[in-house]
Amino acid sequence: MPVSAQAIRHEYLRHNKKFPHVWCPGCGNGVVMAALLRAIYRMELNKDEVVLASGIGCSGRMPTYLDFNTLHTTHGRALTFATGVKLANPALKVVAIMGDGDATAIGGNHFIHAARRNLNLTAIIINNSIYGMTGGQYSPTTPFGSKSTTSVYGHIEQAFSIAELAVTAGASFVARSTVYHAELLDSLIEQAMGKRGFAVVEVVSNCHVQYGRRNQLGDAVAMLKGFKENAVTVTRAAKLTPEELEGKTTIGVLADRKLPISTEEYEKVRQRAVEGRE
Amino acid sequence: MMPETHKKRQLLQGNEAIAHGALAAGCRFFAGYPITPATEISEHLATLLPRVGGTFIQMEDEIASMGAIIGASLAGVKSMTATSGPGFSLMQENLGYACAAEVPCVVVDVMRGGPSTGLATSPAQGDVQMARWGTHGDHPIIVLAVSSVSDSFTLTVKAFNLSEQFRVPVIILSDEIVAHTRECVQLPDPEELHIINRLRPSVPPDWYKPYEGGSSGVPAMAAFGDGYRHHVTGLVHDLLGFPTELPGEILQFQNRLIHKITRGFPDIMLTKGFYLEDAEVCIIAYGSVSRSAMSAVEEARQQGIQAGLLQLVTLFPFPRSMVTPVLKQCRAVLVPEMNTGQISREVQRINQDYCAVVKHNRIDGQFITPDELFAKLVKL
Repeated sequence: MPVSAQAIRHEYLRHNKKFPHVWCPGCGNGVVMAALLRAIYRMELNKDEVVLASGIGCSGRMPTYLDFNTLHTTHGRALTFATGVKLANPALKVVAIMGDGDATAIGGNHFIHAARRNLNLTAIIINNSIYGMTGGQYSPTTPFGSKSTTSVYGHIEQAFSIAELAVTAGASFVARSTVYHAELLDSLIEQAMGKRGFAVVEVVSNCHVQYGRRNQLGDAVAMLKGFKENAVTVTRAAKLTPEELEGKTTIGVLADRKLPISTEEYEKVRQRAVEGRE
Repeated sequence: MMPETHKKRQLLQGNEAIAHGALAAGCRFFAGYPITPATEISEHLATLLPRVGGTFIQMEDEIASMGAIIGASLAGVKSMTATSGPGFSLMQENLGYACAAEVPCVVVDVMRGGPSTGLATSPAQGDVQMARWGTHGDHPIIVLAVSSVSDSFTLTVKAFNLSEQFRVPVIILSDEIVAHTRECVQLPDPEELHIINRLRPSVPPDWYKPYEGGSSGVPAMAAFGDGYRHHVTGLVHDLLGFPTELPGEILQFQNRLIHKITRGFPDIMLTKGFYLEDAEVCIIAYGSVSRSAMSAVEEARQQGIQAGLLQLVTLFPFPRSMVTPVLKQCRAVLVPEMNTGQISREVQRINQDYCAVVKHNRIDGQFITPDELFAKLVKL
């Protein structure tokens, strides 16, 4: 059932927040925010039970605008705060919103350990290949050879593939979309939030202002067209050679597995502790 | 006749007493990372917390531990972490977040020799000024120093109470000696303890302003999930918790953070005085060093020297109103510390030529003995 954008806005945007928001016109963050809200709407979650935690950067501002329990933490640490919230009150639905630098540079250690630990948490990582808010420095996902304000002669490091990193680190559910594939994104966020265990959705997004401009990728629309052209579904990717996949973005569900969830395992620990069994 | 007490005498380590104190205060969440000489606190709480429905988690580092206890506290659960110097350095960033967002929590720093990896198994008091100023920016904070197994318990309870009452992180400074010394103690029964819990909002959710302080300056605190949906940030924020750059709102935020502690001075500033009534010379000490100081003062008294001891329990906010009368009364005070003078400079700062302030410092990883303090006392 299609959901009216107006209904979503009225239900979930904060009426007491002094808008406008901080994002540039055409920023992919708005697409991700809308997809998240549609997922929450469809899942009929009670707003009082939703906690949105974020780190620092453009993505970090998202919770500010939304009418949930919202937590704007320090740079890279959203998952650590989220871990405390979830363990203290497992009934809460906790979602961490992060950027690529936030989640995989300064917060990289927290990210892989959150995946390994497998709490019942959702992580949405908006990957725009750059530090946008600070003015366009290279991040762990800036492609080799790209220009940024700290790689004006071309970037000399290899980029992380965030979703693949999450799969290797042990997350229960891992998916990737781009901001062009909005319907897929809706569905992936809903699947991730419904999944029991640590669920990651990487969203490839456009920062035409800081990244696109320096790398001749055009405006927001041109970058979205690029995402459309470069995307390959997981099913199709399975039939392609590594050479054919070079430069492509695999979209869809990369991992969906059943693993022990530490929130639930800890309940068993409490039982054993009460019964005096070590 | 009073009924026979069922309290049992126990042989406990300082670190164990902190774990028991935390449980008695209502702590139900602990996140930590192994580090000498604080690890026993984690080990004990890993065993004890699940028995009472609480949660223990070992995080990937101290940064994460500090983040996790803030998250748990925001969800309404009293929380603590424990570490030593290197880990305490890592916690400073998120500690500042707890100051800015006014999240109650308790951080134990069992001091060992520094700088850097330093002397992992030796005592020191080198983290005193870091406890006060380690996180960036002006900020309020409360720092308590424990000196024995017994007060490792009672001051941990006190730390939680102050943290809940003022919505501020409270640092407990222990040191390697207190942490690892075993003493026979009789812990109080739960009903003997006065436990303070954070003020919860009583207004309907629509009226709730999460950062409106009222007369005490301390806002009522809703937990995530209570129905009071609100925003929490480390950015300077307005009364609703939203980021602001308006000078008037910034000033209101900064002043309230500082003034809520200033107004609380009588509840926060704790010292213990011994033989002060007629003292002509006095030792001002804290932590394990105050134990040696006590022995030295008793020895001096036996020799006819009118010596006294002022033990600082609260280090910050610095208990000026208790220290000043001692400075006015005595001809000299001795400030022994296992650092180069991190509290003696506070004493000198408030000593307006009242008396001589004599430092005594050890930074060789060794404990300050009663003998060396007695030798200093007789020369004052």
